[in-house]
Amino acid sequence: MTELAVTRAHPAAAGAAPLVAVEDLRVSFPASGVEAVRGLSLSIAPGECVALVGESGSGKSVTARSLIGLAGPGATVRASAFRVGGGDALTFGPREWRRVRGRFAGLVLQDALVSLDPLRTVGAEITEVLAEHDVVPRPARPERVRALLAAVGVPDPDARAGQHPHQLSGGLRQRALIASAIAAEPELIIADEPTTALDVTVQAQILRLLAERKAAGTALLMISHDLAVVAAIADRVLVMKDGLVVEEGPAREVLTTPRHDYTRELLAAVPSMSAGSRRPTGTLSPTPAPRDPVLAVTGVSVAYGSRRAVDGVSFRLHAGETLGVVGESGSGKTTLARLALGLLAPDAGEVSLRGGPWSALPERRRRPLRPAIQVIAQNPLDSFDPRHTVGRLVADPLSALPRRQRRERAIELLGRVGLPPELLGRRPRELSGGQRQRVAIARALASRPEVLICDEPVSALDVSVQAQVLDLLAEIQAEDGTALLFISHDLGVVRHLSDRVLVMKDGRVVEEGDVDEVFRHPRHPYTRELLAAVPRLPCSPDERVTG
Amino acid sequence: MTAALPARRPPAGRGLAGLRVPAWLGTPVRRLVTAVAVLWAAATTAYAALLLAPGDTVDILVGDGADTPEIRAQIVAEWGLDRPEAVRYLSYLGRLLHGDLGRSYQLQRDVGEILAGQVGPTVRLTLAAAAVGVVLAVAVAVATAGRSVWPRRIVSAAELVAVSVPQFVIGIVLLFVFSFSLGWFPVSGAADPQALVLPALALGLPVAGVLGQVLREGLERALEQPFAVTARSRGLSERAVVARHALRHALLPAVTLAGWFTGVLLGGAVITEALFGRPGLGRVTMQAVTGKDMPVVMAVVILSAAVYVTISALLDLAYRLIDPRLRSA
Repeated sequence: MTELAVTRAHPAAAGAAPLVAVEDLRVSFPASGVEAVRGLSLSIAPGECVALVGESGSGKSVTARSLIGLAGPGATVRASAFRVGGGDALTFGPREWRRVRGRFAGLVLQDALVSLDPLRTVGAEITEVLAEHDVVPRPARPERVRALLAAVGVPDPDARAGQHPHQLSGGLRQRALIASAIAAEPELIIADEPTTALDVTVQAQILRLLAERKAAGTALLMISHDLAVVAAIADRVLVMKDGLVVEEGPAREVLTTPRHDYTRELLAAVPSMSAGSRRPTGTLSPTPAPRDPVLAVTGVSVAYGSRRAVDGVSFRLHAGETLGVVGESGSGKTTLARLALGLLAPDAGEVSLRGGPWSALPERRRRPLRPAIQVIAQNPLDSFDPRHTVGRLVADPLSALPRRQRRERAIELLGRVGLPPELLGRRPRELSGGQRQRVAIARALASRPEVLICDEPVSALDVSVQAQVLDLLAEIQAEDGTALLFISHDLGVVRHLSDRVLVMKDGRVVEEGDVDEVFRHPRHPYTRELLAAVPRLPCSPDERVTG
Repeated sequence: MTAALPARRPPAGRGLAGLRVPAWLGTPVRRLVTAVAVLWAAATTAYAALLLAPGDTVDILVGDGADTPEIRAQIVAEWGLDRPEAVRYLSYLGRLLHGDLGRSYQLQRDVGEILAGQVGPTVRLTLAAAAVGVVLAVAVAVATAGRSVWPRRIVSAAELVAVSVPQFVIGIVLLFVFSFSLGWFPVSGAADPQALVLPALALGLPVAGVLGQVLREGLERALEQPFAVTARSRGLSERAVVARHALRHALLPAVTLAGWFTGVLLGGAVITEALFGRPGLGRVTMQAVTGKDMPVVMAVVILSAAVYVTISALLDLAYRLIDPRLRSA
């Protein structure tokens, strides 16, 4: 870690002049009439970690980017005081801003697959910073790149420097992105959702890396929608809503004894890892009665080329039951969903639906049975035809009904998912994320399915919306006795909703059982690793990640 | 977060003619096989055109040339017209394989020789036109991408005009202004380099128009991507972000169009060469078509196919050079 000169002398945090001091910051986009930030004050002391939390659209990213003059094209930035790196940012021209960027503050964005230039090697990306700010003379740059990659924990840095982002794993390329952000030894790292695209174990590693930078004396401005992530690392938290800070204070205080209603709402909405949060008093008791399963998967395997995406997986799903499937990306969860839906033929094994054959049927004979098994995808914007109206989307499976009844049924379905009939004429793009997911659920319900396959149905949603959609799913299940196959990488969400759970790794089921049992007494080392990696709320000092 | 599905490979044998070749053959072999298949198809089409043309094959091959019994006998012998159909076709392919493009009975010369003498001026013209197109398009796109509305509107309008006005009209306008009125450039000929300027402009402006629009759109899309934000956050100037990051991304769709440009340039060369009185393949083709000199027309068809095949192979290489993600696929 210390082989690099990046480590600066630990600043006396107290008393030192703040790195950033903004008062009454207002950012608006006159072209669209949006006021993204409406009077925010913020200061960051050297070596301090400040977190901005809030849901999408709260203005947290715009705030952070304004600090390096990148609020966006057409943005108007005003403030009564705006000091960045010892200079008056209100007087900065392009030249001054460019000196701030990279040198004073480094930016780490969400997904390094697209935040690093996909057409250039990671070495070239890091070298760019070294060259722009003339950190070291040209001949010394390859060696410095190597040292930077090593410092952020990239093994075999010489080989990695010559690779492109798509050739690295999610964790490694996020490390490379951080290496490029700290290459000019900035005093401040702005990290905008730096772990959102990552699996939970990788997220823990990246948080540890950021904590290491902080321990080395670099200040951190962390933007996240995930309160548990923030709890792991922040000294101070600012909760944002609609472009304003609604609550501010030491992290521990804000996250354990919130004063503002909105903060309380946010905290309450986080699907908890603790037991008993599940199942809003269902009318159907999940008694494992000796009934026939609606969906039975027996020893299915499927391979893409030489890689086994799903390897000998079996499970039974009964009516009214929720089976959770957890695992990291690449573990075969989505492939399993496609197998269950009959969209992919297994290389070995069999899937049966309602006691009859399913995977063995030709598609022609599968089609009449399809209404019984429906899917809810992560991002409905991708699975909806953007030109269709909500009414048409929901009524799509109802082509057997006459036009009039179709409309009535569509209104009824929207009502079930808590949407007003006025939305019938809207198009997917005009809806919020939560509304879209409700429309997706309404469409799935239209054919009165016995099995609902939910593939990461709430991963793209803000935490408060997430809780509403999960409650809706539980409610529907309680009313209709629908069987749910619930796929997620989010352990809290799975625990919230599931009766039983499968833990997948590399295409295999490594552990399965009653959800409380598995979460409380995990037997497989991988399950333990997953559970240990989840950042938790509320934070107590001993749980904090330290460098 | 969706579990990443394995990236779907491009369909096997996404070859030049859309022919499917078994995957085990591997990419280079596949490319070669499809290239040969395209050339064979072009040769066969030319041959079929000869057979299907109404009238006696000897009459067609003579065209408007001197029709003497000796020449007729020579044609029968060279094309094997006294032999069975299959033998004729195979010997035709055999001659092509040896690089023998046949003989023009009108001009009393080997077709290969005629074409070889005319390739030079056409290559110079099309390369110059391509350079005009690329340089103008890149310069204009870089200068206007993401900038204020007015310069973009003016440039867009100019591009639209360049695309929609036929090349010969552009050529005539250029001639009137720069040759007849101003006298800066010669009216015709290909003797000195100056004579290349106007034809290259006439041929290259439409290319610049299309390419400019594609590039600017690509640049604007690339400049909104997260990696562009990251690049700016490193302190790069906007110009450096464009030059080092966005331009390469914008080139990808432009490269796709390069195959189409080849067609525009080759087709446009016919008219441009005639208009500016330049020697070249275009003029030879014109003369061969109007004079019904079938052997020359057939050779031009095969030659154009060969050019297309070569350009397509080069474009495939260019893709891989620009986009490393394609190299591992």
